[in-house]
Amino acid sequence: MTRLETAPNIAGPDDFYAELLAAHEELSRAESDALNARLVLLLANHVGDRKILSAALDAARKATPQRR
Amino acid sequence: MNKIFERALYPYRRSADQDAAAPVRHPVIVVGAGPVGLAAAIDLAQRDVPVVVLDDNDKVSSGSRAICFAKRTLEILDRLGCGDTAVETGVTWNLGKVFFDERQVFDFNLLPEDGHKRPAFINLQQYYLEQFMVERAHELTAAGKPLELRGRNRVIGVTPHADHVALDIETPDGRYALEADWLIACDGAGSPVRSMMGLDFTGKVFEDNFLIADVKMQADFPTERWFWFDPPFNRGQSALLHKQPDDVWRIDLQLGRDIDREREKQPERVIARIREMLGDDVAFELDWVSIYTFQCRRMERFRHGRVVFAGDAAHQVSPFGARGANSGLQDTDNLCWKLAAVLSGSAPESLIDSYDTERVQAADENILNSTRSTEFITPKSEISRIFRDAVLDLAEAHPFARPLVNSGRLSVPCAYDGGPLNGADAPGLPARTRPGAPAADAPLGNGWLMDALDGGFQLLGIDADIPQGVAHDDVAVSTLQLSAADNPALRKRYLGEAERAIYLIRPDQHVAARWRSHDAQAVGAAIDHALGK
Repeated sequence: MTRLETAPNIAGPDDFYAELLAAHEELSRAESDALNARLVLLLANHVGDRKILSAALDAARKATPQRR
Repeated sequence: MNKIFERALYPYRRSADQDAAAPVRHPVIVVGAGPVGLAAAIDLAQRDVPVVVLDDNDKVSSGSRAICFAKRTLEILDRLGCGDTAVETGVTWNLGKVFFDERQVFDFNLLPEDGHKRPAFINLQQYYLEQFMVERAHELTAAGKPLELRGRNRVIGVTPHADHVALDIETPDGRYALEADWLIACDGAGSPVRSMMGLDFTGKVFEDNFLIADVKMQADFPTERWFWFDPPFNRGQSALLHKQPDDVWRIDLQLGRDIDREREKQPERVIARIREMLGDDVAFELDWVSIYTFQCRRMERFRHGRVVFAGDAAHQVSPFGARGANSGLQDTDNLCWKLAAVLSGSAPESLIDSYDTERVQAADENILNSTRSTEFITPKSEISRIFRDAVLDLAEAHPFARPLVNSGRLSVPCAYDGGPLNGADAPGLPARTRPGAPAADAPLGNGWLMDALDGGFQLLGIDADIPQGVAHDDVAVSTLQLSAADNPALRKRYLGEAERAIYLIRPDQHVAARWRSHDAQAVGAAIDHALGK
């Protein structure tokens, strides 16, 4: 992988989304924040490539209209 | 309290300079007899450069203060003749453990390879180090070296000139004036010399308060650095436990912002906190207590004409990482051979600018590391704490998260990458000994490579023929013929896959240049370059 994949890449997107939400079910806001942080770190390590990680941070930052 | 605090180690004595008709000029005057100033004085005296040290005190500093001395510092102390005493008295350690809440998250070894004379760290109270360095200074003076320690000589005026510095000094016998070709200001974070010259000292101020307590106890905790995030005995804060000589333990407790300092310093309160940490069945007594906050900042430039700043006077970091005193000794290690070369006429005055470039680079590296550690230890926002705790939660089960845990990135020397004195590099040789990097130690027969580096320019031939003794203009260059056969550490650190190599080592034991074969002309050019010619 040499660039951030932004085209659809997850098989069964609805299933994944449901699984993501299920993981947060019945968690407090603080527990959810903690879970998200652990998830980000695990996924970031899996990607590993610093350029891709920077590109992902950039894409995430620019995804809200007011920061664009 | 240790009696060493009470003893005048370099008591005031009237100097002939005080009766001179006109101010006496000295080649180098050092202000401040802390570890950094003493290192400068010893280094210069060993190079036969006359040096006078002025300090407004005459004793070692009180309280343990800096306690962790890193491998590179020990190598410098070896060259200054105080390494053995420091290591024999100090507590050697390589291992660190990190705890989160009630669990041990992981442990780490700071020196995971063999073949080094010195360990990753020793812990030693600063007053011991100062005592050993004062003794070494006295020993040099007794042996006829040009070193003079003047106690209770307070510098009250500094007037820089183009080719010298004029000083006004206050003593128990009144005032007198001195002049110096060069002034080295090692007068600490509050540097009076810096203030008198009206120079800047800018950076980041951190608001968290920390309590340092030195505790005397018989305890069988192992000789390791223990660091806690959010422990039950100091909720929401951090804690550190470290062993020093004489059964003294350093305890460092984060107290947070907005605290009542006077109340927190009361012995009953401190003792209650420590009892909570150690448990009710450990008997201990308080040796020294202090509350501190810290800054990460540096001067914009460390050289101002003939005044050169070193140590805390030039830069300050948070204590996490032991980068204060350690970097100060690396400052003078970098400076003194250059001053000696300039004063002897073998290098142009502009060589001192390379001190500024190289040590500013090192200070920035230390400030960056120490600021990042501080952010991890004392997260300044809610989200910063969420990620910090996530890292700690993951670290126990998942090795990937352990390198993200930052309880202090412990002092390692700066490699002067891109530095102005770096000469040729040869492709294919190991990165760790590239030009600008400090030489790596390796066993050598019954001794060590670092001990064979003699404090001058030196040419190492590793399985490569070099001439015996090289003279370049008026610069003496000693040579060392080595073989990596049956020396895997030397091979790994200096040759890698190569069969042979030639290294030019600077007087401060950093690599100046390296080649795959000997070329006298190239070596001469590299020496010139390293002397700023």
